[in-house]
Amino acid sequence: MGLDRNQIAWRIAQDIADGSYVNLGIGMPELVADYIPEGREIVFHSENGLLGMGPKPPKDREDHDLMNAGKKPVTLVPGGAYFHHTDSFLMIRGGHLDLCVLGAYQISEAGDLANWATDSDKRLPAVGGAMDLAAGTPRVVAMTTHCARDGTPKLLGECTFPLTAAGVVDRVYTDLAVVDVTPAGFVAREIVDGMTLDELRDRTGARLTAAENPGILKAPALGHAAG
Amino acid sequence: MIDKRVTSFEQALAGIEDGSTILVSGFGNAGSPIELLEALVDQGARDLTVVSNNAGEGEFGLAALMRAGRVRKIICSYPITSGSVVVDELHAAGKIELEVAPQGTISERMRAAAAGIGGFYTRTSAGTRLGEGKETREFDGHPHVLERPLKGDVALLRAKTGDRWGNLVYNMTARNFGPTVAMAADLTIAQVDETVDAGELDPEIIVTPGIFVDRVLRVPRRA
Repeated sequence: MGLDRNQIAWRIAQDIADGSYVNLGIGMPELVADYIPEGREIVFHSENGLLGMGPKPPKDREDHDLMNAGKKPVTLVPGGAYFHHTDSFLMIRGGHLDLCVLGAYQISEAGDLANWATDSDKRLPAVGGAMDLAAGTPRVVAMTTHCARDGTPKLLGECTFPLTAAGVVDRVYTDLAVVDVTPAGFVAREIVDGMTLDELRDRTGARLTAAENPGILKAPALGHAAG
Repeated sequence: MIDKRVTSFEQALAGIEDGSTILVSGFGNAGSPIELLEALVDQGARDLTVVSNNAGEGEFGLAALMRAGRVRKIICSYPITSGSVVVDELHAAGKIELEVAPQGTISERMRAAAAGIGGFYTRTSAGTRLGEGKETREFDGHPHVLERPLKGDVALLRAKTGDRWGNLVYNMTARNFGPTVAMAADLTIAQVDETVDAGELDPEIIVTPGIFVDRVLRVPRRA
């Protein structure tokens, strides 16, 4: 019933306005770039010093001096620019970007985001640019499955994992719903076809209300179109 | 006459002392001064504090310096990369101190050191585990944490071209931390793919002016 990751990415892409400067977090959010509607010009920012990031190059055109934040080879689109790290994070921390799309372990009804560490994590702690993006970008949206693999809700009254930033998330896009974070808590704007509000509440770990006329969350079948 | 170009790793790294704080450019391997870091093993300085976005991978560059036991502490934002085995092993064995900080905070702390700023407040990390214990003040309704400058005794960086005066230009996203570390250390050492005479770089495109650079060593780019 729910959307797959490409379909969530497609749904997010529909909401990105022409002319926006956007940072896509490492991992699932990177898929959003594949689904920007025809005719919209979106400038993608990469924290390692790049505006105007384009798709990955063919294998024989890869250059290890041209990377994205995930350290994978990318390209620069016409009009793109390189700059150094302090300028790159000035763009992030100074609120110069319009939007960032970040993955999430948990989101609280107050808009707290947890996406950098879990206490069961056996790896070394690693934060990268997550806290800068979450704290500095004017509009922060989270892209995630509605529940973890074991069925535990990710939308909660309070996060139990360490926070990335407090009170920053504006909207959550999941496989089951589009949910706004408001002063009154989580508000469902769209719910996937065939699911009732009560069924969505069963999968949500916080109080959830519905917008006046909630829409149906849907996306085209995307098959293997994504890169 | 000014000529910052040196011709050997020994000249490039001369005078780096035990206990130094070393600022290192690079995001992953892009822009990492891999050969300078390996030559620092031979130079012999130990008990180093290294500031670097990542904590090395494989057994080369920064990882080789850590493997040789020269790094007491590493300050970084993201120590996990594919193949970051040395930092894992040393940390598990209690042989290296690890301080993880937000990437933009590390970068801005170095910029503050370069600019003579005694400290600054930022929203980044406020209300999180990484902001705990830091002085916090509210500005415009949001908590901010106080961050102090991060100055290096030495900066090691990689650029594309350096001239006789130490002016530098970079290659695409290999620029990353180079310009910032160059400004924030007492002794800045650049390895470059090629060196040229003064006047050969277009002054309109120079990224790091030579005032920030002390030594330039040509190290042919690896394939």
